[in-house]
Amino acid sequence: MAKVLIFIEHAHGKLPKTSLVAIAAGLEIAKKQGLDTAAVVLGKGVDAVAAEAAAHGVGKVIAIDDAKLEHCVADLYAKAVAGCAKQLGSTWVVGAATAAGKDFFPRVAQLLDAGMASDITGLNDDGSIVRPTYAGNVMSTVSIETPVKVVTVRGTAFDPAPKAASAAAVEKAALPADATGRMRFVSFNETKSDRPALTDAAIVVSGGRGLKSGENFTTVLEPLVDVLGAAMGASRAAVDAGFVPNDLQVGQTGKVVAPQLYVAVGISGAIQHLAGMKDSKVIVAINKDGDAPIFNVSDYGLVADLFKAVPEMADEVKKIKAH
Amino acid sequence: MKILVPIKRVPDPQTNIAVKPDGSGIVTDNVKFVINPFCEIALEEALRVKEQQGGAEVVLVSIGPKVTQEQLRTGLAMGADRAMLVVAEEELDPATAATVLKKIVEAESPDLVLAGKQSIDDDANQVGQILASSLDWPQATFASKVEFSADKKEVTVTREVDGGLEQVAFALPGIVTTDLRLNEPRYASLPGIMKARKKELKEVPLADYGVAGAAKVKTHKMAPPPKRSAGRKVETVQELVGLLHTEAKLI
Ligand SMILES: Cc1cc2nc3c(=O)[nH]c(=O)nc-3n(C[C@H](O)[C@H](O)[C@H](O)COP(=O)(O)OP(=O)(O)OC[C@H]3O[C@@H](n4cnc5c(N)ncnc54)[C@H](O)[C@@H]3O)c2cc1C
Ligand SMILES: Nc1ncnc2c1ncn2[C@@H]1O[C@H](COP(=O)(O)O)[C@@H](O)[C@H]1O
Repeated sequence: MAKVLIFIEHAHGKLPKTSLVAIAAGLEIAKKQGLDTAAVVLGKGVDAVAAEAAAHGVGKVIAIDDAKLEHCVADLYAKAVAGCAKQLGSTWVVGAATAAGKDFFPRVAQLLDAGMASDITGLNDDGSIVRPTYAGNVMSTVSIETPVKVVTVRGTAFDPAPKAASAAAVEKAALPADATGRMRFVSFNETKSDRPALTDAAIVVSGGRGLKSGENFTTVLEPLVDVLGAAMGASRAAVDAGFVPNDLQVGQTGKVVAPQLYVAVGISGAIQHLAGMKDSKVIVAINKDGDAPIFNVSDYGLVADLFKAVPEMADEVKKIKAH
Repeated sequence: MKILVPIKRVPDPQTNIAVKPDGSGIVTDNVKFVINPFCEIALEEALRVKEQQGGAEVVLVSIGPKVTQEQLRTGLAMGADRAMLVVAEEELDPATAATVLKKIVEAESPDLVLAGKQSIDDDANQVGQILASSLDWPQATFASKVEFSADKKEVTVTREVDGGLEQVAFALPGIVTTDLRLNEPRYASLPGIMKARKKELKEVPLADYGVAGAAKVKTHKMAPPPKRSAGRKVETVQELVGLLHTEAKLI
């Protein structure tokens, strides 16, 4: 038995922060409802990630190691996770609200005849759930009415589950025979970067249309990003214009981040952008327009031309770090 | 080829959303409603497929209040062939909307369903995937490029995922949900608006679908988010970095 089943996403043999946040949310549900937990890891060659998942406080880990699961193909992954939930008699299935979670978790819910709440940020004692709607303009309290409940968890809403005193057991399982899929993985063009991932980073520096070109991202913004050891983000306008890759988009329909420090450069602060960063601990805005809405949420606002201010800022940070 | 495009009526993304004092919903007075932007992208893609392939039919469907006629007429003016409105005054949860759409798919037998990835009101990002699963159809969510094989039986979709771009392929029928970079939707032209008046817009009551009381998720309360207040303006970069160092202790 394991009433709360937590799906563990991994990349490059490691668990991203979002998976540890999903574990934390799963553990909290289990504690509130008096249930036990299990984690499920899918993929090809998953021993190391299964062991890592086992170290973070779950009751046990189910690992399904199968060449067919090398890539996260929605129909197959959904069948594997739903099959696992059925076998364990799970009443809650928890995942991270990442691109993969958003993609296949609704299928898990459908296969389990379960209601699903996406991108949740809070769990109430009465079992109801809080999730942002309307680009974060509204916090909705919802209840899932079905015996089995499926949720994806916003990566900024819970502290990542710490390592537990002892590691859980890892059980190997096979992909159910009826788990066949009609989708074919073709290719993955990964954006190569040595910087921290946006959703893992303690500091995020984002650029907007004000940067004016992809080249300026490289020559003006990146030196600041790197001296801060930050991840780089962007507004939709910067992504749409082709300045930077799409997976850097922060916002309602991109990634949600809440780092210790968020620096918005040449970003006006549209509600859709704020939806992805307004829970950051400290927000800095650099914008030449003193009336830009980004200043309504920033702790420190600098009205300046970014082409002058950003290189200066990189120099100042360098000086302090040299001390 | 027949393409079904489910569209949702939502508040204009540019409007300010306020929660009613009693927490029962959002204030809708003086709020402009539009086609959900992701659905508009789906419709644009369907129209481009039709233009490229010739002979395709683009069918719009929406579940929503009677006034959703406005958005469907706009979609017809953009170039869709006909439209269907399932009249529901109440907001449905994603699973119920997908159940209604499933019945429509079974009746219409489209080759492709092109939906939005997310409606910008409930931000659920679920309906296309639930629909696909309930039909045991393949899916490609978050599409930034859709390409058909020469025989039009297979589709290859480029998807915006964490860390890069992924390509998946499947044989039709299937479901594609759109991301922002797929295309830029056209505006309805004046002749398009004239033509749209004569196109079919069929209305069906929700009761015909037998989904009363089927909600799997219920919304109980809406509240405004905690407000973040503006901090201070600084005069110079030196002051900014100094404060980040000494006050915020982040550098
Ligand atoms: C369905 C939908 C979904 C969306 N999802 C997202 C999302 O997830 N994320 C997102 O970010 N947006 C999203 N948007 C878009 C959003 O509404 C805004 O259009 C977008 O955030 C604007 O990006 P920006 O601030 O870079 O550009 P702009 O609004 O054009 O702002 C550019 C800013 O740069 C400043 N600037 C210009 N030059 C300089 C200079 N030399 N020095 C200093 N400052 C300068 C200007 O004063 C201005 O404030 C979405 C929109 C829709 C309709
Ligand atoms: N009431 C509805 N009527 C028609 N289509 C809908 C409805 N709700 C959702 N959809 C479709 O499903 C997509 C995703 O919506 P959601 O899962 O609510 O975020 C939308 O972009 C539409 O294409």
